[in-house]
Amino acid sequence: MDFGFSPEQELLRSTARKFLENECTSAFVRARMEEPAGVTDEFWSKLAEQGWLGLVYGEEYGGSGLGFVDLTVLMEEMGRVVMPGPFFSTALLGGLAIREAGSAAQKKEWLTRISSGQAKTTLAWTEPSARWDAAGVTCTAREAKGGFVLNGTKLFVLDAHLADALVVVARTGEGRTPEEGTSLFLVPKSTTGVNVKLLPTMDQTRKLCEVTFKDASVPADALMGAKGQAWPTLTRVVERATVALCAEMCGGAQRVLDMTTEYAKIRIAFGKPIGTYQGVKHRAADMLVDVENAKSLTYYAAWAVDENAPEAALAASMAKAYVTDAYRKVAGAGIQLHGGIGFTWEHDLHLYFKRAKSSEFTFGDATYHRERVAQLIQL
Amino acid sequence: MDLSLTPDQEAFRATVRTWLKTNIPREWKPMGSAEIPRAEQYELLRRWQRTLFEAGFIGLTWPKEYGGRGLTFLEEMVLQQEMALAKAPPILNVLGVGMTGPTVINWGTEEQKKRYPPKILSCEEIWCQGYSEPNAGSDLASLQTRAVKDGEHWVINGQKVWTSFAHVADYMMLLARTEPTAPKHKGITYFLLDMKLPGVTVRPLRQITGEAEFNEVFFDNVRVHESQVLGGVNNGWAVGLTTLMYERLTLGFGLQMRLRIALDGLIDLARRMEKSGRVLTKEPVMRQKLAQIWIETECLKYTGARAITKLLRGEMPGPEASTGKMAWVDTHQRLQELAMEIEGPYSQLWKGSEWAVEGGVWPQSFLRSRANSIEGGTTEIQKNIIAERLLGLPKD
Repeated sequence: MDFGFSPEQELLRSTARKFLENECTSAFVRARMEEPAGVTDEFWSKLAEQGWLGLVYGEEYGGSGLGFVDLTVLMEEMGRVVMPGPFFSTALLGGLAIREAGSAAQKKEWLTRISSGQAKTTLAWTEPSARWDAAGVTCTAREAKGGFVLNGTKLFVLDAHLADALVVVARTGEGRTPEEGTSLFLVPKSTTGVNVKLLPTMDQTRKLCEVTFKDASVPADALMGAKGQAWPTLTRVVERATVALCAEMCGGAQRVLDMTTEYAKIRIAFGKPIGTYQGVKHRAADMLVDVENAKSLTYYAAWAVDENAPEAALAASMAKAYVTDAYRKVAGAGIQLHGGIGFTWEHDLHLYFKRAKSSEFTFGDATYHRERVAQLIQL
Repeated sequence: MDLSLTPDQEAFRATVRTWLKTNIPREWKPMGSAEIPRAEQYELLRRWQRTLFEAGFIGLTWPKEYGGRGLTFLEEMVLQQEMALAKAPPILNVLGVGMTGPTVINWGTEEQKKRYPPKILSCEEIWCQGYSEPNAGSDLASLQTRAVKDGEHWVINGQKVWTSFAHVADYMMLLARTEPTAPKHKGITYFLLDMKLPGVTVRPLRQITGEAEFNEVFFDNVRVHESQVLGGVNNGWAVGLTTLMYERLTLGFGLQMRLRIALDGLIDLARRMEKSGRVLTKEPVMRQKLAQIWIETECLKYTGARAITKLLRGEMPGPEASTGKMAWVDTHQRLQELAMEIEGPYSQLWKGSEWAVEGGVWPQSFLRSRANSIEGGTTEIQKNIIAERLLGLPKD
């Protein structure tokens, strides 16, 4: 047993940290918050050059062929700088769905283009009902003229305005369970009847969209995987993306702790650094416990999905439930310990606080995942 | 990153599992809660530890020449996991095994190392810890028990308090002040004290559970031979700190194991109890709370695994090694509170009542759990340590 990172992974960490500290500064993040793109072409091609867009794809697709533990390292570093842009939606939602469910041709075309930075994708899954279960899928895909016609509304779709293609979860039929009858489609955004609207968001580093389908016709080969059988695949994709998200959240939480610790050493009140006072010390210690526990569960989940371990689903839900609460608490404590300065727009803390909040409701909040844990341990 | 075990380690797991199946004493009833050895269990637990010792399933990481097996923390972890699965009894000489042994092995003379550790493992000699005093708890270094040199002996006078197991202990890890004029951390010496020496008086202290698990210990001109000093005169603070470090590591595994047993017991309890006609495991709020404690219990295991990895790689344990006790305390106290919530009005009934659930063990362990955030370093002190040593925040 070795529950730690390898020298190669530590190297990836230091490379990523150096790169992101130079390229993804606070000024860069704030500039991207103000505009729809969320990323610059220059930055995006640098991510491609680093081999990070295709980090977990096979080399036959121009990827780096690495695993989820490697990805964990990268995600922690991206979370550390609250990296904006469609990396997550492209590489880990749309891309991962294509890797898991796409045909050989779809994989060849899209994964290769994602890896090289030429295409962006996302996953259009949740709807106005804001449900994460299969019953929430009400968008329809009706078979017609040798293809499918899509109708319905998707909400909280990450970066759809930037994507070249959307992986859409739609209902092709009703079954005995809500899971039956769900299908995945690879839909170019240029398809007639697809309308994307960018929504104002609290966390401006995460761009969310409404996507409507009004009699949008796609050819038969847009279907990914077996018709009506998409749920297990979608679950697998979302599980993996959830673990990656947890890693990103751990990186953010660690950064908040670092900033807060540094501040507590230099900020003077009543003639002493505030870090001298136990009221501050104890809260900082609580933050550290939260961060370390969050990492333990995230690393375990990363290992479990990498190994396709039978407990991967449980591990992912344990991690998301815990990390969600931990990041929210740590980011909140960070603001509190900074005092007034932590509440300003100028200070970076609010970027983390808001990212903690948006991440909380991505792929299921803590309550949802605790219930999943309860089911998986057969309570 | 690889959480799998080598074939040798898997074989070790199988051996432990098979052995536990046939060797856990039949009269032992897993009570479903985090078990604190109670007086009526001492004899059974003494025998149990002896059995473990003879089979070589205790002190795995200790060197062979001092009664151990010379194995790694990994085997220790596997052993504890299997003990949890089998709901094995706890060991009686928990302070000796968790603290004295490793400290003696680290600081002792060759003679001391040959003399004490094997008898700790076999439970022939039970140890208690003489650290806290009426006026020195969290501020341990201000302890006042005095040791004055007289020929080849040190003469001890003073008092210790909250001393668990003192009433059954053969020996005590004693911290006493040997140099009153030195700064308070510098004038302390660590003694291996024979509890049968004339002048040692043990008086049980009744605690909130109604039992007397800990004691006051008085020293009235107790003469200890100088060969009983561990780690050098006036070096007691450094020696004592080692004890605390080992306490965190080895007791950590054991704590995780006991927590796991308690959680399994709690879930069993929730399956049997109803509220408003609904089984509690089907009640959404209760499912949330049980799942949360499950997650935190598992988390302790993986945090432990990260710490072991650092040790196995020959690195210093990082922050993850220091957060264990705090996280355990928090989880365990909430687990016990949840047990009360699950029992509802029945949690009011004490042992002796035929209406008491499971003989009333949960109300008792609930009360006992209040000590968790005080014993072995209060949560407040743990937080100071984390803030100062790990985060580098300034001392007062």
